[in-house]
Amino acid sequence: MNELPQQLANGLILGAMYGLIAIGYTMVYGIVQLINFAHGEIFMVGGFGALTVFLWLPDGFSLLTAIPLMIIGGIIVSVAVGTAAERFAYRPLRGAPRLAPLITAIGLSILLQQAVWKWYPEAKKDRTFPQFSGDPVHIFGADIQRGDFFLILAAPLCMLALAYYVNKTRTGRGMQATAQDPDTAKLMGINTDRIIVMAFAIGAAFAAIAAVGYGLHNGQVGFKMGFIMGLKAFTAAVLGGIGNIYGAMLGGIVLGVAEALATGYMADVPGMEQFGGGAWKDVWAFALLILVLLLRPQGLLGERVADRA
Amino acid sequence: MRNRSALILTTVLTTGALTLTACGSRDKDKDSSDNGGDKTTVTIGFDAPLTGDLSALGIGMRNSAELAVKTANKENTVDGVEFKLQPLDDQAQPSVGGTNAQKFISNKDVIGVIGPLNSSVSQSMQKPLNDADLTQVSPANTGTELTQGDGWKKGDRKRQFETFFRTATTDQVQGQFAAQYLFQKAKIKKVYLIDDQKTYGAGLAASFKDTFTDLGGKIVGTDHVNPEDRDFKSVASKVKGTGAQAVYYGGEYPAAAPLSQQLKESGADIPLMGGDGMKSEEFPKLNKKAEGDLATSVGKPVEELPSAKKFITEYNKNYKENMEAYGGGTYDATWAIIEAVKIAVSENDGKLPDDAREKVLASMSKVKFDGVTGSVSFDEYGDTTNTMMTAYEIKNNKWESKFSEAYKPR
Repeated sequence: MNELPQQLANGLILGAMYGLIAIGYTMVYGIVQLINFAHGEIFMVGGFGALTVFLWLPDGFSLLTAIPLMIIGGIIVSVAVGTAAERFAYRPLRGAPRLAPLITAIGLSILLQQAVWKWYPEAKKDRTFPQFSGDPVHIFGADIQRGDFFLILAAPLCMLALAYYVNKTRTGRGMQATAQDPDTAKLMGINTDRIIVMAFAIGAAFAAIAAVGYGLHNGQVGFKMGFIMGLKAFTAAVLGGIGNIYGAMLGGIVLGVAEALATGYMADVPGMEQFGGGAWKDVWAFALLILVLLLRPQGLLGERVADRA
Repeated sequence: MRNRSALILTTVLTTGALTLTACGSRDKDKDSSDNGGDKTTVTIGFDAPLTGDLSALGIGMRNSAELAVKTANKENTVDGVEFKLQPLDDQAQPSVGGTNAQKFISNKDVIGVIGPLNSSVSQSMQKPLNDADLTQVSPANTGTELTQGDGWKKGDRKRQFETFFRTATTDQVQGQFAAQYLFQKAKIKKVYLIDDQKTYGAGLAASFKDTFTDLGGKIVGTDHVNPEDRDFKSVASKVKGTGAQAVYYGGEYPAAAPLSQQLKESGADIPLMGGDGMKSEEFPKLNKKAEGDLATSVGKPVEELPSAKKFITEYNKNYKENMEAYGGGTYDATWAIIEAVKIAVSENDGKLPDDAREKVLASMSKVKFDGVTGSVSFDEYGDTTNTMMTAYEIKNNKWESKFSEAYKPR
């Protein structure tokens, strides 16, 4: 049986998740040149926020109607944590050497993990996340789980909304201006502090949506899930060209598909029997990243948002 | 101002350090005289991860060890001896485990150590404890080489450390038993093999593979996964095309649960089988399609053993944390040391011998009792002689025992 469509679908769904998280890395980097390594944890708390909302809902509440509420819950938690991090951890360090906020981000990431581990009920092990029951849907030779349609729909919708926001609204244009030259932007009357908070908030909201997708996809959320997902999303952002929002989504999808294909087919390549399978997929993903960076140091789509001369 | 606080801090630290050093040298005299004369305090060291993501297992172990110590004191198991537990946290890190081993060695009251959970941590504790003649009983280390050396696969078995014992069965026994069950009882001839590349998972998978192919079964494919991953869709899609009738997974439940679910969602409606690391009550909770999945575990099902019943009631009365997979084994490990102390004391006219560590170690080979997991005693490698294995299957979202056997390793 030909499993190619299935592997492509697997990769696409995973890639959509990476892409949504990568938006947060790329937006923050585009505007303040900070790699927010705590973003993976902001994604993680979003998952727990959504789970909390679900647990509050009365029994027998249909999952389909619960999802919008869960998204809202996740977004509230993620955005609160993300903006608080900006306000209390990163803003005091603005103007400090680059390494200071970077280390802070790593510290913050450990702090958030441990906080969830310690205080969220029974979060010392993975918590069950609600999932859709029912048979998968068969399209184009691939079986798609019902829960995965969430990501398939959410990713393009979010991208459209973001593109509209950045290009058409006043704050969005302010964001572009701040990315190009924060000092001049300030002189032109743009409240750059607000713009930076917005960048963090949007990134966090997208991460929360990705976290709901993660929960529906994997059926569980855990306090450690942010680390590896954050790392992959960061890779996706770099792959697509950090600072570029379209690049982040493209990078995510390329990465997801590359991983799925490496798992599925690398072992079939003559001479590569040893290097195939699930354990090596990360190696291939990073090999791809290195290759892209060698040929195109600015990433697939270059730095469009943070275009500085 | 700053100078003064630095001074105070230094003073406090120095005093603390001095007090600690002083303790080490006169603990023994103090305890034997202060405790009302007729009771000698004996400390049992305990090491496991009490923080971090394996802490659920570690805390279950600590509670069980504590329960054993309390029970021994209450029932006055060893006349004239009061047991005390000294639990230390190793954070699942070998380096911390090594430091903890040194702490146990320097505390003269410690006559035995329970733990740790991780084989890698054990490797950093075995040597120092062995040099100090300090008995170590691990309830959870399953790596075969820990007792029998790296040559065990070729039949070249050599005891590694005189002081190391365990109540856990080796990966070798468990993998073999699983292979036999799957081939002979479940009539499955084609298996896809997956492991998580950790010592435990890879060991299980290797042992399973050898036996399964020996019996005439066919391994239709192998893969390795990252235990931190939760997305195994690509691997699952691959399994589907191979015609495998089951998947054997060497690893633990956090990854096994989504793997099993995604396997079935991908259309390959075949069971996933694993070892005791998968036989957790969390597994069916995290896996919506767990029905029919299989696991092996050490010992008979607890409902069938009267000694286990008492342990479970007592445990649930005293602790709110789950005992998890190694609770019973830890109780037995602790009890084995208590029994060894009892033998050492009775051979020394009812008093704790002066060379207590050596005597307790010498008594370990004579220990034999009915514990929570079955009959407990140790063979010439320090491995448990209890090879009672049970295969479980998920029925109505719960592990249900299918088949028990005193398994003889091949």
